[in-house]
Amino acid sequence: MFSRTQTILIPVISVVLGLLIGAVVMLVSGYNPIEGYSALLRGSLGDSFYIGETIRQITPYIFAGLAVAFAFRTGLFNIGVEGQLLVGWIASVWVGLAFDLPKIIHLPMAVLAGAIAGALWAFIPGLLKAKLRVHEVIVTIMMNYIALHLVNYLVRYVISDQQNTTSRVPESASLKSPFFEALTEFSTMHYGIFLALAGAIIYYVILEKTSTGFELRSVGFNQNASQYAGMNVNRNIILSMVISGAFAGLGGAMEGLGTFGYAFIHGAFSGVGFDGIAVALLGGNVAIGVVLAAALFGILKQGALIMPLQSGVPTELVEIVIAIIIFFVASSYIIAYLLQRFKKGAQ
Amino acid sequence: MDYVIEMLNIRKEFPGIVANDNITLQLKKGEIHALLGENGAGKSTLMNVLFGLYQPEKGEIRVKGEKVNITSPNIANDLGIGMVHQHFMLVDTFTVTENIVLGMEPKKGFTIDMKKAERDVKEISDRYGLRVDPKAKIADISVGMQQRAEILKTLYRGAEILIFDEPTAVLTPQEIKELIQIFRTLIAEGKSIILITHKLKEIIEVCDRVTVIRKGVGIDTLDVEGATPNQLASLMVGREVLFRTEKTEAEPKDVVLQISKLNVNDARGVRAVRDLDLTIRAGEILGIAGVDGNGQTELIEAITGLTKISSGSIKLSGKELSSYKTRKITEAGVGHIPQDRHKHGLVLDFPIGDNMVLQTYYQRPYSKLSMLNNKEINKQAKKLINEFDVRTPSEYTQARALSGGNQQKAIIGREIDRDPDLLIAAQPTRGLDVGAIEFIHQRLIDQRDKGKAVLLLSFELDEILNVSDRIAVIYEGNIIAVVNPKETTEQELGLLMAGSKKKEEGDIKHV
Ligand SMILES: Nc1ncnc2c1ncn2[C@@H]1O[C@H](COP(=O)(O)OP(=O)(O)OP(=O)(O)O)[C@@H](O)[C@H]1O
Ligand SMILES: [Mg+2]
Repeated sequence: MFSRTQTILIPVISVVLGLLIGAVVMLVSGYNPIEGYSALLRGSLGDSFYIGETIRQITPYIFAGLAVAFAFRTGLFNIGVEGQLLVGWIASVWVGLAFDLPKIIHLPMAVLAGAIAGALWAFIPGLLKAKLRVHEVIVTIMMNYIALHLVNYLVRYVISDQQNTTSRVPESASLKSPFFEALTEFSTMHYGIFLALAGAIIYYVILEKTSTGFELRSVGFNQNASQYAGMNVNRNIILSMVISGAFAGLGGAMEGLGTFGYAFIHGAFSGVGFDGIAVALLGGNVAIGVVLAAALFGILKQGALIMPLQSGVPTELVEIVIAIIIFFVASSYIIAYLLQRFKKGAQ
Repeated sequence: MDYVIEMLNIRKEFPGIVANDNITLQLKKGEIHALLGENGAGKSTLMNVLFGLYQPEKGEIRVKGEKVNITSPNIANDLGIGMVHQHFMLVDTFTVTENIVLGMEPKKGFTIDMKKAERDVKEISDRYGLRVDPKAKIADISVGMQQRAEILKTLYRGAEILIFDEPTAVLTPQEIKELIQIFRTLIAEGKSIILITHKLKEIIEVCDRVTVIRKGVGIDTLDVEGATPNQLASLMVGREVLFRTEKTEAEPKDVVLQISKLNVNDARGVRAVRDLDLTIRAGEILGIAGVDGNGQTELIEAITGLTKISSGSIKLSGKELSSYKTRKITEAGVGHIPQDRHKHGLVLDFPIGDNMVLQTYYQRPYSKLSMLNNKEINKQAKKLINEFDVRTPSEYTQARALSGGNQQKAIIGREIDRDPDLLIAAQPTRGLDVGAIEFIHQRLIDQRDKGKAVLLLSFELDEILNVSDRIAVIYEGNIIAVVNPKETTEQELGLLMAGSKKKEEGDIKHV
């Protein structure tokens, strides 16, 4: 539909428009947009501590974005990233607590447990879709609630002794990085960002470079033609959900083994999984796009914490900006139309 | 002279290609005007410009003498221009009426006045002799009826000028006759028609004038009266066209496909193929003739593993295929040019290069250790694009952007190049221009001469009679006769296809 330059321009213009309209909103409500935005930037990139915090924030966004994007590229809509992330989180913490092993085995095992748990959680909607044609959106939404309450139960009654949090995972299963902590004035930055970037590369390779990715994409576009070509459509639907869920589960493991180092009772959804939908959309469902979009989200969300203290602009403004950006990306036809007009006018 | 539509010096470019270059087309009131050109010549593009789907880079459009700027199909509608696309644009789960009034529903207070809508639709349908049931669901009616729903849609919106993009490509001979009747009624009611078709006989039969374009350039507009098919064909292709495929006598050898006592149910669970027996040998082309809906589709889907069979056996060179999945059947040596190129033949969102390896992407040299080798894939694509004259800017172009006929050539190239022992060609030349048809027929005959078996399914009796070595007539899911094309006539085939002659009568030649 859109040309290559358009696919790049549309998200960029959306971001610019989002920020501009955010500025207008600030003006109208009596704040100084320059002060507001500079406070936001200082709060996310202003010094090494904030940079560390922002990078830590970006990590799960990358995984959540990849999870949504992977399903999307293969014709499925995974709204269940939130739930898959939660089960990944608890599984990685559980493995971290249950075993006593050298780090070189323990940490990969705990990370892997997160991926497997997320994959299994996504396997169910995949199976239902493949075998019974139940729409994955319905099932994944319901599975989110099951995940939330199941995880809370596990935290309280299985992994801890009627506590609100589990104990901390031992050093041998932790992603925490004393090196980065020292470098960033003791922010919570951990090694997870490297795993996230590796995840983006794996995403690219699976989808674009392997014969499995060829099949997954083909089934996503046209099931009839894929069946005609001898591909196993049902198997590919399940596989797509499983890989998507694994990315989501890894996002949870980053929180469980890195950011927090434990699991706790969630009163409500963390929202990272849902933000993953926006990240994937803004990133055009390609690896590099998802990383960039996750970075933007990380910066905005992190900066939003400091903005009210330094400039008086309430945190919610960032939510408005994000909402406007997503609005423009989602209604990209408006921008495509404007671009076309602009080109015509210039001629 | 009064023209209702004038398209003057239209130019339309796509990335890497000029689809329309300085084309002029003028439509008189009350005429049927043919638009003729090879596959990829730019016919659909030109009509999409007129219908407001594309904006031309240059040129002007006049409606009844007045210069207009058609920037969207809504504006085209307001100007009285309606279009029946080659690939229908209907909502399957809606009724005919719901589809027709979509976007301009008659209101009663806040609710849709469905009763009135149905009455209106019925009224228009009767006036033009369309005989469409306004309450029928689109999914439940035949392709011919769906097309009429599309025609109704344009009439309901007050179209005075109707554009038809290859309307007859998807119809059976009977439906074509009826459509031509509908054209005549439309003209009698004061409408004007632009008709795109590759069938020269149709142009000669119904059209008043014809505009010929070649490779995006307007060649000529002439009166149909006095023109011959040969003349039109050479204008369009730019060289002489033979119209007849040269072939030698077949030399059938071993049995390649042996079907016995085959029973297959259709999607609704109704028996579509009954106790069918069929044999095809190496080195022969077996044509299947029959009225659409007599089990042809199910037979082919059963052979290719797309549908499960109820009972019976399908053997390829002695190997039982009926329990195999599609992939194993393909690997065993079956190639398949499917009837519906958009549904089965292509992944439209993939580049044409990837589509060329749709069944073989996982094999060497296209993949090694599960890693795709794009260089090899694109090399293969380039080869097929050249060999089969697929007109595309490059192998990276999305299949969707190719013209209908070039999509078809790409599929045929892919299937023939795999050199299967059994090639199933279901309506292989649907939507192809005369030059391309000639070429494809020759390639099918070449496969035969190489000692391969070819199963040809076609609703065009011409094609069946010209290309096949034997003709099997299918009726109600059963092969009721096998005849020699040299010893039969269209009339006899027609009678057989209608089921009016039965095997028992004993006067059917078995070859
Ligand atoms: N959306 C598009 N993007 C890029 N190229 C296009 C697009 N639509 C058509 N083309 C190109 O423009 C040329 C003309 O295509 P068009 O569909 O008009 O041909 P046509 O005359 O209708 O052929 P056919 O008889 O095969 O339907 C082709 O080369 C095609 O590849
Ligand atoms: Mg066309």
